This record gives sequence, C-alpha cells and structure tokens, in this order.
Amino acid sequence: MTVIETKALTKSYGKARGIVNLDLKVEEGDFFGFIGPNGAGKSTTIRTLLGMLSPTSGTAELFGKDISGHKKEILSEVGYMPSEAMFYNGMKVGEVIAFSARMRKKDCSKEAKQLCERLALDTGKRIEELSLGNRKKVAIVCAMQHNPRLYILDEPTSGLDPLMQKEFFDLLKERHERGAAIFLSSHVLSEIQQHCSKAAIIKEGRLIALDRVENLSRTNARRVTFHGVDSVPEQLGGKSVEVLADSVSFLYSGDLKTLLNCAAQLPIYDMTITEPSLEEIFLHYYEKEGEEA
Amino acid sequence: MTVYLKELKQDMKAWEIWTVAITFMLVLCVLIFPEMKNEMDDVSNLFSNMGGFSAAFGMDQVSFGEIMGFYGIECGNVLGIGGSFFAALLGISVLAKEEKERTAEFLYTHPVSRSSILTQKLFAVLTEIVAMNVVIAVAAVLSFLAVGEEVAVREFVLLHIAYLILQIEISGICFGISAFIRRGSIGIGLGIALAFYFMNIVANISESAEFLRYITPFAYTEASDIISKSELDMKLIGIGALLFAVGVCVGFVHYTKKDIAA
Repeated sequence: MTVIETKALTKSYGKARGIVNLDLKVEEGDFFGFIGPNGAGKSTTIRTLLGMLSPTSGTAELFGKDISGHKKEILSEVGYMPSEAMFYNGMKVGEVIAFSARMRKKDCSKEAKQLCERLALDTGKRIEELSLGNRKKVAIVCAMQHNPRLYILDEPTSGLDPLMQKEFFDLLKERHERGAAIFLSSHVLSEIQQHCSKAAIIKEGRLIALDRVENLSRTNARRVTFHGVDSVPEQLGGKSVEVLADSVSFLYSGDLKTLLNCAAQLPIYDMTITEPSLEEIFLHYYEKEGEEA
Repeated sequence: MTVYLKELKQDMKAWEIWTVAITFMLVLCVLIFPEMKNEMDDVSNLFSNMGGFSAAFGMDQVSFGEIMGFYGIECGNVLGIGGSFFAALLGISVLAKEEKERTAEFLYTHPVSRSSILTQKLFAVLTEIVAMNVVIAVAAVLSFLAVGEEVAVREFVLLHIAYLILQIEISGICFGISAFIRRGSIGIGLGIALAFYFMNIVANISESAEFLRYITPFAYTEASDIISKSELDMKLIGIGALLFAVGVCVGFVHYTKKDIAA
C-alpha cells in the first residue's frame, strides 16, 4: 500500500521558494529519507502533506486519500514531529503530552510514560524552561505515543545529543519493525544513509532523485585528495578539481580499483577518500540531470 | 472540549488580572459615592451645564447626584473601556497567537478539524467575557449594599447586559481580524476598541457625526439612554449582532482555508 503519494505537487507562495511538480511515493514499510539543504522545500512539502498549506496545483494523498477531504482520518494515523518543536508556554511537559493525547481522543498514558523514561524526559518541567533538545523530546513523545502508521519527522535530530539520537533511532526502528512507515526529512546525509532504505533528494523545490539509498550511494562520487601532486591524472576524469599548495582534490565517481592503481603510480605521500559534502552530491545529481536532458 | 479548556487555562492569569482591575475600579467608584453625594448637587449642576462635554458623556440627561446616574456614567468609563479592551485583546489574539508563538504546527496537525478548533476558541472567548461580567456585576451589587444604596434592578441589569453585548460584539469583530494577522495583534485590538469609544463621543458631540452611532457599539451602552428610557435600543443592538456575526463568519471562512505559517 502507498502511504504517501504526491503527483505534480506544487506550492508557490510569496517570496519563499515553495515546491515545484513534486512526484513522491512512499510505500508501506518504507524507511524513507527526504534530503535537502535548508530552504530546499522539505518543510513546505511536509506542511502540504499534512494539510497546513493547500497546494497551488497537483495532489497529495496519504493512505490513498486526498488530504483536503480526509484530514481528520489521515492525521489520526500520522505522528508528526515539526522541526521547531514549539509548545505552549506555561504548560508542563506532562500537560502538553496529555493535551496531545486528548486531541486524539486516545488514552496514551502508558506509552507516554515509557517514552518519557526512555528519553529521560522530566514531565514536571515547564515548557519555557526546556532547551531545544528537551523540546524535541516532547515532540518525539507527542509523535509516537499514539502508535501511528506513518511517522513524518522534520529534521528530528537537530538539538538532540548523540546518545539521545541513538535512542531516538532505536525507537524508530522498533516502530518500523512493527510495520510503521517512516518519512524522515534531514540535511544530515549520514543519518539518511545509516537508517533509510529509500531516499529522495530535493533542491530548490524540485525533486532531483528518488531511489533506494544504496543506489543513490553507488552513484555517489567520493572526494579524493592526493598529497604530493598538483594535477589529476586524466584517466580518473575528476570533477570539481581544487588545487592546493601540495595537494589536489577532486570528485571521483568511477571504479575504486582504477583509482587505487592510478594512485600507486603517482608520487603521492598521502591520500584521503571522503564522502563528498551534501552540496557536492547535489552538484553531482545536477550534472547527471543535465546529461540526461 | 480539549482546545476550549486549554484556552481557558492559558488565559486564566490575564482574565484574573483584568477582572480584578475592573472590579476594583468599579467598586471603588461606588464606595466613594456617599462622600461625593453631599457635594454632588453643585457638581451635578455644573456637569449638566457644560454643553457638549456633558452630552459627550451623557451627563446632561442623568443626575450625577443619584447612585444610578453616577454608576451609569462611571460604569461607562470603567466597564466600557476596561471591558472592551479585554474583549478586544481576547478576540484579536485568539487565532493569531498560534502562529505568533509558533504553536500552530503542533495544534493543527492533530486530527481535529480547523472549524472545530475555531468553535472551541470562540466559545472560550465568550465564556471568559461572560464570567468576567458576572463577577463584576455581583461585586457591584455588593458594593451598592455596602454603601446602603438601593439597586434599581431593571436599569442595573439592562446596563450590564448592554456592556456584555458590547464586549461580545467587539470580540467577534476582532476574532474575524485575528484570522488574517500573524503578529502585532495587541495594538490592532486596542486600537479598534479605542476607535469605537471615541466614535461614540464624537457622535454625542456633533450632530453631523451622528451616523457613527450606528457603527460603534458604545452607542447602545449609553447610560443616560438606558436609565432614562429603562430599555435597550434594539435597533442598535441588532446592528451590533450583525457585526459580530460578520466578524465570526469572516474569521471562520478565512481561517479554515488559510495557509498556516510555521
């Protein structure tokens, strides 16, 4: 079953960029990553999916139903974690969590208690006393306590310390194993690579790739730096070459063996192979798009 | 019901402060009445002979030396200004605050329709206004008794009903505006209440500006009219009810379709 499907979804508003002709498809059981830099349109996409924004054109369906006509049914099956995680000042953590459960007409107290324990969240604290990380924890509990079928998470890990990030992904994995679909938006590539099975890349409001993560990674280039030479051997066909004092760095997307053989014949004294930055990957995809066009 | 209770709880502190402040001012005025009463005959004559100024505050028709006349005028200033400010603040911020404080994303992604949330918010505003007016009226009656003055029940009730309607009308108009704004709500709310108040004063002073009486809700709270005629001007109240309905409808229609900002 398809849990999220958008067809030519477009949202343009004011000066903000919005999204253009987005075709997304998330299936049941997917752990889906949604990658893009800040301002690419990730949050706009999510807000349109959840019915906060109405699309300029195109359609957005969750569980096979259009959001505009079935908002209540859809939202009762969704756990959403907004990127900002803002709640009502003056309320206690426990009150916010209970409020969220009452809005869903569900008794989630047992689940909420377990989640708070695992996340080490003090329910007696007031919202205005919380750090960003602790507000994020409140958002996690509110998104998870009703055991939804679909999790929509907008940059969930920003502000969480590494231990909590691990606990959070453990929780997500458990939910995923029990059959929930997960839609995770992030600008942290490693997060997506580590946890997601499929991913889509968005830039400037347009979808530039959607595939299984291993396929996306396979086509991913690596940034290679040779120390001791000042040019890239021709047979490597490096892109976006940067020449520094005693080194040369370039994007390489070919076979690893060719690279190593070539390196062995060069007068280098050191070399590094790293994941290219997210921007470079976008560049890579743009170039690919250009070739195909 | 959940959003309704949340609103009441959130507004509790502000409600207490406004209710205590208005009640205190009103009761204080009543308590100083006996002391002023003796000197009032002269003052009353003076007040009723100041032409336009007297008319502006309705002092040409009621006696400042009698408790109901005195109370009506004082009421007009304390309850009229205080109550309308509070109602305006409630109405203008009830929708806008979710976006202003960035809680909209949390609230509107629950499986509750926007129209249900709006209905609950509107009822919370109305509840707070009614509750405040009940407290104020009870305190006023007690203060009458404390100074040994008799309450002219009909006039008293009509006066307080008129002020209640005024506050509800203003809250409805502000509710409608609240659907359109995201910040700076307080200034707009107070501005509207203040504008209505001055419209009434201008309408009382100048005959060419009398048409303003049909716009401002303060026109049907005129103590001088209510006390001297012992009835409410249903025509003006009807216009007020219409403005309230328009405000609420516009708010619902716009907000249920609106793009919610983060």
